[in-house]
Amino acid sequence: MSEVREKESRLKVDGAVSLIELHETVEYILPDEHYDHPVAVIECIEGIPCNPCETACPVGAIVVGDDITTLPVIDPTICTGCGLCVAACPGLAIYLKQQHHSDGLSYIAFPYEYLPLPEKGQAVTMVDRRGQHVCSGTVVRVIKTKRFDRTAIVHATYDSAFYEDVVNMVRL
Amino acid sequence: MKRLKRDIVVIGSGPAGLCAAIEAARSGAAVLLVDENAKIGGQLFKQIHKFFGSADHRAGVRGIDIGEQLLRQAEELAVEVWLNCEACGIFDEKTVWMVRDKEHSVAVEAQRIIIATGAVENSINFPGWTLPGVMGAGAAQTMINIHRVLPGHRVLMVGSGNVGVIVSYQLLQAGATVAAIVEAAPNLGGYGVHTAKVRRAGVPFYTSHTVKEARGNGHVERAVLVKLDSQWNQVPGSEFEVEVDTICIATGLTPAVELAFGSGCRPFNSPPLGGLVPVHDRMMKSSIDSIYIAGDVSGVEEASTAMEEGRIAGLSAAHSLGTITDQMFAERLEQLQHNVDALRSGMFGQKRREAKDAIVRSYGVER
Amino acid sequence: MNRITDHPILGPLEEAEMVDIIVDGQVMQARKGEMIAAALMANGKNTFRKTVKREEPRGIYCGIGRCTDCVMTVNGIPNVRTCVTEVEEGMVIQTQIGSGEWQ
Repeated sequence: MSEVREKESRLKVDGAVSLIELHETVEYILPDEHYDHPVAVIECIEGIPCNPCETACPVGAIVVGDDITTLPVIDPTICTGCGLCVAACPGLAIYLKQQHHSDGLSYIAFPYEYLPLPEKGQAVTMVDRRGQHVCSGTVVRVIKTKRFDRTAIVHATYDSAFYEDVVNMVRL
Repeated sequence: MKRLKRDIVVIGSGPAGLCAAIEAARSGAAVLLVDENAKIGGQLFKQIHKFFGSADHRAGVRGIDIGEQLLRQAEELAVEVWLNCEACGIFDEKTVWMVRDKEHSVAVEAQRIIIATGAVENSINFPGWTLPGVMGAGAAQTMINIHRVLPGHRVLMVGSGNVGVIVSYQLLQAGATVAAIVEAAPNLGGYGVHTAKVRRAGVPFYTSHTVKEARGNGHVERAVLVKLDSQWNQVPGSEFEVEVDTICIATGLTPAVELAFGSGCRPFNSPPLGGLVPVHDRMMKSSIDSIYIAGDVSGVEEASTAMEEGRIAGLSAAHSLGTITDQMFAERLEQLQHNVDALRSGMFGQKRREAKDAIVRSYGVER
Repeated sequence: MNRITDHPILGPLEEAEMVDIIVDGQVMQARKGEMIAAALMANGKNTFRKTVKREEPRGIYCGIGRCTDCVMTVNGIPNVRTCVTEVEEGMVIQTQIGSGEWQ
């Protein structure tokens, strides 16, 4: 992505956070190629009064603290990739990611609250933060448990060349 | 006319009124909760998203489910509820005149009254704004989430505050297309996590734009958008059309203050909280000792804040009747104040926090 | 039909008893207990009244009983707020012209 285009895409003008804005926040931690399982990535950069991510995490990997407007900080080395925070986040601002999942493919698990749900094995189109089509992806599994409270979590693999760009999929 | 007596009458059964009634009943007062609608809950049951906050605020739980929990609590506490009951006026600072089922006039003498009448959506006008298809964002939300009817298939949202972006997201969930969200200000108003949700679903935002005109034969068929310069003037020649069948207006809310002011509560102008509100102290007591207020009528915020304020009003009203000890009151009040302060913390809360402080200061000064 | 039959959060639309309403002489199906405005919009009717001078069309605006833009003549009574009035079997609903007339 060109730097010029990125600079235009500011959260408060375009609606989506730009990679430049994300990289400027210390709280945004994209797991590198050394992880052998997906871990949570949090794109919460505004300090809204909220902490369900912290309370949902069973291993204490996410810390907000007593002042609930503090931005959540994740320790990806502790994160087990269970996905409870992904469903708990009211802002749908958390997903799981792994850069090298298999054969040049990255892995993502993101919240999805639309119908119809995709099915395992289905080919889908992955999108970036602005809804632009990035590449194709394959749905690995769709989890909808009572604990997730009607927020489905879609797991998919996609071309790792677009590891950081992809955050969700085109609605079906 | 029938005349009855109750400890506390709560007017309005939205998040604030419902919580006020529950807290007052839990504190030992006999509570009557009235609402003009056929169903309890006000606008809470169309909030199908997970709420922000902490566990104290039931964060991460959807508004509809919080509503169900509150209904069960009200039932367990034997809160008396009158639906289809319009509160028309308050006389002598304690008699509420109501009309039940559009037929029977009833006067209830209450030792304390809690006014939780909520707010109404603001409107903006432009040529064509009266066409069928132009409606409040809240109206569209009611149609899709309560009545399960799509008001349209291609929607233009006017206003990017939390209401505008949340309703846009819910329109997508209901199966509609949101063609665009326009915002007259140079920056978007809502939480970034909300705008990000609809943006990645492909919905474009137009900042420094507004709707110039709605066109259509008997119904909205198109909207004309126009760019605004830094002085908020329309830029000639920048117009373009968007094909839509529905235009939703999400340009803020105004407190529904008629009943409060009609009963003599002193007003205070608080533009950040929606305009004129009844002045009140931290315990949510108005300028009249027997009247408390809570929720959007005391300043427009969010449902989570309305619920905490409602609890404070219910607790204070009950305590003023001597149903709980001073110590119980102080302990619970501290907890509730902590909860409400947390929701007004941070960059998004600053304006509301300062505005509320100004109201409370004014209460102290003029008393 | 504009009914939302399935929804990711609210689930499938529950079965409901249907009632007949008569709208400007035409029979329409409504879900028992729903608001008149919802029933009309589900059936594709969006114009509820016409203004007194220029007979301009009006539909719902606030949807919660505050603005009175959606008023119609119902069972001969004018100015009924259709967004907060439930349908009943056999209800006669008419597009209202101006301030309407008692019938």
